[in-house]
Amino acid sequence: MCEFNLNCYAHVILCFEKCYTNKVVIIIFLKIFKHCFSGTRFRPLSFEVPKPLFPVAGVPMLQHHIEACAKVPNMKEILLIGFYQPNEELNRFLLNAQQEFKISIRYLQEYAALGTGGGIYHFRDQIVSGSPEAFFVLNADVCSAFPLTEMLSFQKEHGEPNSFVILGTTANRKQSMNYGCIVENEESNEVLHYVEKPSTFVSDIINCGIYLFNPDIFQHIGAVFQKNQQDMLLLLGTEPTNGWHRAEAIRLEQDIFTALAGQGKLYVYKTLSFWSQIKSAGSAIYASRLYLNQYHTTHPERLASNKEGGPKITGNVYIHPTANIDPTAVLGPNVSIGTGVTIGAGVRVRESIILHGANLQDHCCVLNSIVGWDSTIGKWARVEGTPSDPNPNDPYAKIDSETLFREGKLTPSITILGCNVTIPSEVIILNSIVLPHKDLNRGFKNQIIL
Amino acid sequence: MKALILVGGYGTRLRPLTLSVPKPLVEFCNKPILLHQVEALVKAGVDHVVLAVSYMSELLEREMRVQEQRLGIRISLSHEKEPLGTAGPLALARDLLNDDSEPFFVLNSDVICDFPFKDLLQFHRNHGKEGTIVVRETVQVFPMLSCCILTEPSKYGVVVYEADSGRIHRFVEKPQVFVSNKINAGMYIFNPSMLSRIQLRPTSIEKEIFPVMAGEGQLYAMELQGFWMDIGQPKDFLTGMCMYLQSVRQHAPERLRTGPGFLGNVLVDPTAQIGENCTIGPNVTIGAGVVVEDGVRIKRCTVLKGSRVRSHSWLESCIVGWSSSVGQWVRMENVTVLGEDVIVNDELYLNGANVLPHKSINESVPEPRIIM
Repeated sequence: MCEFNLNCYAHVILCFEKCYTNKVVIIIFLKIFKHCFSGTRFRPLSFEVPKPLFPVAGVPMLQHHIEACAKVPNMKEILLIGFYQPNEELNRFLLNAQQEFKISIRYLQEYAALGTGGGIYHFRDQIVSGSPEAFFVLNADVCSAFPLTEMLSFQKEHGEPNSFVILGTTANRKQSMNYGCIVENEESNEVLHYVEKPSTFVSDIINCGIYLFNPDIFQHIGAVFQKNQQDMLLLLGTEPTNGWHRAEAIRLEQDIFTALAGQGKLYVYKTLSFWSQIKSAGSAIYASRLYLNQYHTTHPERLASNKEGGPKITGNVYIHPTANIDPTAVLGPNVSIGTGVTIGAGVRVRESIILHGANLQDHCCVLNSIVGWDSTIGKWARVEGTPSDPNPNDPYAKIDSETLFREGKLTPSITILGCNVTIPSEVIILNSIVLPHKDLNRGFKNQIIL
Repeated sequence: MKALILVGGYGTRLRPLTLSVPKPLVEFCNKPILLHQVEALVKAGVDHVVLAVSYMSELLEREMRVQEQRLGIRISLSHEKEPLGTAGPLALARDLLNDDSEPFFVLNSDVICDFPFKDLLQFHRNHGKEGTIVVRETVQVFPMLSCCILTEPSKYGVVVYEADSGRIHRFVEKPQVFVSNKINAGMYIFNPSMLSRIQLRPTSIEKEIFPVMAGEGQLYAMELQGFWMDIGQPKDFLTGMCMYLQSVRQHAPERLRTGPGFLGNVLVDPTAQIGENCTIGPNVTIGAGVVVEDGVRIKRCTVLKGSRVRSHSWLESCIVGWSSSVGQWVRMENVTVLGEDVIVNDELYLNGANVLPHKSINESVPEPRIIM
């Protein structure tokens, strides 16, 4: 079985040439440690597709990043840095994106999982070629309005010419501790203190995983790299050979930002625009909602509308042109329908992602679920999950980090059907996760079905 | 002679093991399940095995090429693109099975037993009719294992046949009252003429084909001697392992490992290393390259290739997946199954944990659940 089971960070680096040509580097990382918990949080969907290519609001997750970058004037190149073996799907995506946005997009494969800082450091020559003034770095698994131009203006107005900027947003007190926390000087917006996932409350301003750097950053990463190497030699007496203690495995957040805080080099630009992490499958539905909403201003053509002979649409719905939908179906709000999907008579879909090739038979009801590629849902079946959305009454609430289990029981969450799952007629599948290629013969509640 | 093995699809009941390796290649007592069956077939004179699969695996194809060479036989793959039920695959493989007039074997890929293929062939030739199915008792008693396995007849088709000749009178699907305690063991032999009874569509052999053959007096039953198990899910995989090892003790005791520190039936690959002060067994299988450190207690487990069990741990009724690592002072029990490359940290307790591949376990699992 081939699996894209490791978490990834995409970093987009945007470079400005002296003549204002821009280079963007997207770095897709594998988490440093293969057995890290979050490396498998996108299962079972990650069995089929690398997370950065999972469709959110109808298009691959990464495409939202690329579209945002393409808006910045004089965009020229995108570099993707990651540990994935290049595969057909990734290559096809890159090719299509190149053609559509008319920019060069290259994938640079790391030789080992080098961490968020190590990756850009390793390829620094490629990044600084053409002498850009500054560049952006974006994580792949964030959903954001990407206020890149605003970050640029902010950088020019604040602090010293070669300062770095972190995009920040406000979280509520309790949830802030799940993220990188930023303590700022409220007047100058300088970052005074940075802690990644603190155990006690530090600040309600959190790191969005979107940064604006300039080539000076490599001096700082280089210094950490040297220090790591020396520490390794002291500790082990020899060059480390296994991935756990590579000198080049450098995390921007823990190793670089923490050191740079309070030195007059690091600033935070706070945004009120939407932002969310996409760690688990459930958060993909929430991210879809955010992007679908954004389509009103950015891509209104992607939003379905009520038409003669078409299904009834409520709220924001994306329907791929090749989908075949019965006019008596009712879709939305927050629904994405993929390529070649068939939806029968009287079907109700709400707050869900229906992946390509799926077949929803007459009168079935799909709520708060992700229906996998080529799956079939039988007549009158009910496939339902429990949304894990942030509290709508709290403007700063973020989607929960979602542990699958609490007190030994499976936490009610989004129902996920893996690829090629068959749900028989008239059953209920509630708060369950079904692994690929299962042919169910009855209903299930609150279970993982292997 | 030919044989058709119904391999089927993704082997989802044996997940998480089958997330890494196709089910026929999962090692049962240190040999891929499929090989137990193929080798027994070859001994009975089979030189062409057809695997009926509904999911093509490159790994399986490659391994089959290797076995072809090794055993000097032909292995074909018949790929059903749509579900064909239990009889349809025979129709799909018709051309492969039909090319001479010799009878062909059919068996279910999850079955493990003392394969009676030679006897079956003889029995079949003696009565000269179109088909013979192997039947088994619904109660199996194992005095040496102090256990008795009862299969509910009503879950399967029950077979009613003449004790002397073996001629089957009828099948009763899920009987409400006691009819017979003999059920289908999932192994058959047929004359190629029987293939004309099956159309290429989803067909149930038990419901549509056998009753007709029985009605015409063309179907006979042969009783299976010895143990039988469907090892398609972890709990039964372990039970089957116990039965198989007991059978090894009876027929080839030199294969088992004995001596200080080994209790009951234990099978250890020659390349495995066992530390000091361990107590291994009864009913344990240790795969190739496995390292068991000092002071480990293992009972009723399968430890697959390349794993490491670190010191002072206690394992009962578990399957440790390939290349996994179990920490020190770990207690694992109650059909805990570790997929490939799982790391269990020190001093944890796993009760009925079902762990998917490439996971690292940092917390105890006090109640059975799936770790994804």
